[in-house]
Amino acid sequence: MDFQSSTVRVPNIQQASVLHKNNIRCRAFFARQMSAKRKAKKLEENKIPFIKMENVSYSYGGEDEGEPLTPVLKNIDLEIEKGSFVAVLGHNGSGKSTLAKLINLILTPTEGKLFIDGKEISENDMTEDELYEIRRRVGMVFQNPDNQLVATVVEEDVAFGPENLGVEPSEIRRRVDEALETVGMSEYKKHSPHQLSGGQKQRIAIAGIIAMLPECIVFDESTAMLDPGGRKEVMATVEKLNREKGITILYITHNMDEAVRADRVVVINDGRICLDGTPTKVFSEVEQLRLVGLDVPQVTELMYDLENAGVSVDHKELDERKCAEAILRLYKSRRS
Amino acid sequence: MLKDITLGQFFPGNSLLHRADPRMKIILSFMYIVFVFMANSTVSYVLTAVFTVFLVIISTIKPIIVLKALKPVVFIMLFTAFFNVFWTKGDAAPLVDVSFLGLNIRVYSEGIWFALKMVVRLVCILTGSCVLLTYTTSPISLTDGLERLLAPLKVIKLPVHEFSMMITIALRFIPTLIEETDKIMNAQKARGADFSSGGLVKRAKALLPVLIPLFASSFRRAGELATAMECRCYRGDNGRTRMTKLKYTGVDAVLLLIMAAFGAGVILSNIYLKSVLAI
Repeated sequence: MDFQSSTVRVPNIQQASVLHKNNIRCRAFFARQMSAKRKAKKLEENKIPFIKMENVSYSYGGEDEGEPLTPVLKNIDLEIEKGSFVAVLGHNGSGKSTLAKLINLILTPTEGKLFIDGKEISENDMTEDELYEIRRRVGMVFQNPDNQLVATVVEEDVAFGPENLGVEPSEIRRRVDEALETVGMSEYKKHSPHQLSGGQKQRIAIAGIIAMLPECIVFDESTAMLDPGGRKEVMATVEKLNREKGITILYITHNMDEAVRADRVVVINDGRICLDGTPTKVFSEVEQLRLVGLDVPQVTELMYDLENAGVSVDHKELDERKCAEAILRLYKSRRS
Repeated sequence: MLKDITLGQFFPGNSLLHRADPRMKIILSFMYIVFVFMANSTVSYVLTAVFTVFLVIISTIKPIIVLKALKPVVFIMLFTAFFNVFWTKGDAAPLVDVSFLGLNIRVYSEGIWFALKMVVRLVCILTGSCVLLTYTTSPISLTDGLERLLAPLKVIKLPVHEFSMMITIALRFIPTLIEETDKIMNAQKARGADFSSGGLVKRAKALLPVLIPLFASSFRRAGELATAMECRCYRGDNGRTRMTKLKYTGVDAVLLLIMAAFGAGVILSNIYLKSVLAI
C-alpha cells in the first residue's frame, strides 16, 4: 500500500518541485516587498529628527551675572535626522560652538525648546541620571586634543567614560578594545598621550566617546588645531563612524573642504541659520557665503570664477577629479 | 631642554617588586620604615643594611641609579654625621682631644658609631622606599593603589577619590605643561628675554614673563578639561566602576612574608643580640 502510493506520486514530484520553486519565488518576491516596506518604514523612522530645536535662543550674561545680555543664538529652528552627517559652518563668533554646547546640555537655551530623540529637554524637571544619559547618547569631541584626555595611559583614558557610567569591568575592557580598534589605535593602547601626534590624540578622544556607545557625536572644530595629516585621519574616522556605525554626526567646522563631505551643510551667521541644504546646493550660493565671511571650496570657487568669465562648465559636483574631467571635456569640445 | 626631565623616576621592569600590587607595596614601605627605625643594636643595623641591598637586588634596578638618588642628600647626611661626631659625649676617654683656636674638640667613639648608624639608617630608608615604591611602581598605579588603600576613609567624608583624580590629572598634564613652558620660553627669547645671565634674583625675575602666560593657559586648560570631563559623564566617585581591578597575588604574599621575616629579625636581634658587637 505504501509502496503503491509512493509510486503513484512519482509523476507528481516534478510538479511538486515546480510548485515548490514557484513557492520559493513567491516567497522571495514577498520577502523583497516586505524588506522594501521595512526599509521604507525604517526611513520613516529615520525621519524622526534625533535633535530638534524650536525657536531656540541663547544669550550670555544677563542680570544674575551682572553683565549686559549678549545674544549668541537667535531663534534657531533646526532638525537633525538620525544617522545623518551634518556640517555646521560659520566664522568665528557666529555661535556655532554655543550650538554644540546646547545639544550636549552643557548650556541650556535661554528661550525655545530642545528635543532629543523626540523628548523635550529642560533642565528643571530632569533628574541627574537623565542628564547624564543624554550626555552619554550625545558625545562631544572638542578642539584641543590635549585638554580632553584625562589619564596618563591611552586605554585608561578611553575607559574613563564607561567607568563613569558604572559599566562592568569586563564590559569596559571589551568596549575599550573595540573603540580603539574602530579608530585604528589599538597598537598604542599602552602609550602615554603626550607621546602621540595631534591627530592620534584626537582619535583617542573619539575612542573615549564611542566607548560610551553614543548615538550622536558633536565635533566642535575638532580638526582646527591639527596638521593636514591629522585632519585626514580624523575626517576618515568620522566618516567611518557615520557609515559603519550609523552614528549621527554634527560636524562643526570652518574648513570648507571638510564640510563638502557631509550629507548636509548648515551655515550659521550672527546667531542665525542663513543657509541649509546639501553641500552642492549650499556651496552654489557663492556670493552669500562670501557675504557672511566664509570661503567656498576651491572647486566651487573655480567654477564661479569661470562662470563670471563667461565660461560655463556644466558641472555641479564638488569632487575635484570630476570637476577637472568636466573642464577637460569642455575644453576638448571647444577645440573641436 | 626641559623635555629631558624624567618624571616619577619609574623604571619599567618585570621583577618581583614590579609585579606586586601597588597597595601591598605601599603597606610594605610603611612596614619597612617602621622596622628600620626600630633597629637599635649593631646586629639589627647590619641586618637592615643587608636587607636593603637584598631589596635592590630583587628589584633588578641598577645600583648606580640607586646611588644617584642618594646624591642630593649626601650633603644633609654629612652635615648630620658631622654634628653627631663632634657633639656626642661618651663615657670613656675621648679618641681625639685637641684644642684648636680656643675650641676644645673631643671625639668619642660613641659619636662615631652614632653618626655611622644615622647614615646607615638614612641611606636604608631612602634606598628602600625608592626601590619599593617609586622605582618599581608607575605613578599612575601608585595613585590608584593609594586611592583603593584609603577607600575606607570615604566613610568619614575624606575626598579620597577626588584627591587621586587630582594627582592623576597633574601627572597627565606635567609633560604637556613642560612642553608649553618650553614654547613660551622660546617665544620670550625670540622677543629678547634673557634667562641665562645674571644672579639668582635676576634669573628668578626673568621667569615671570614665562610663568604668567603659563598660568593663564593652565586655567584655560582646566576649564576646557572640566567641560570635557562633564561631557564624558564624570560626576566624581558617584557610581563609578574601574576597568582594571587590583588583585593580591602570590607575589604579594611572598613579599609580605619576606618583610615580616625582616621585621622579626630586627626585633629579635634588638632583644637577644644586643650585647653582640655592642659599643
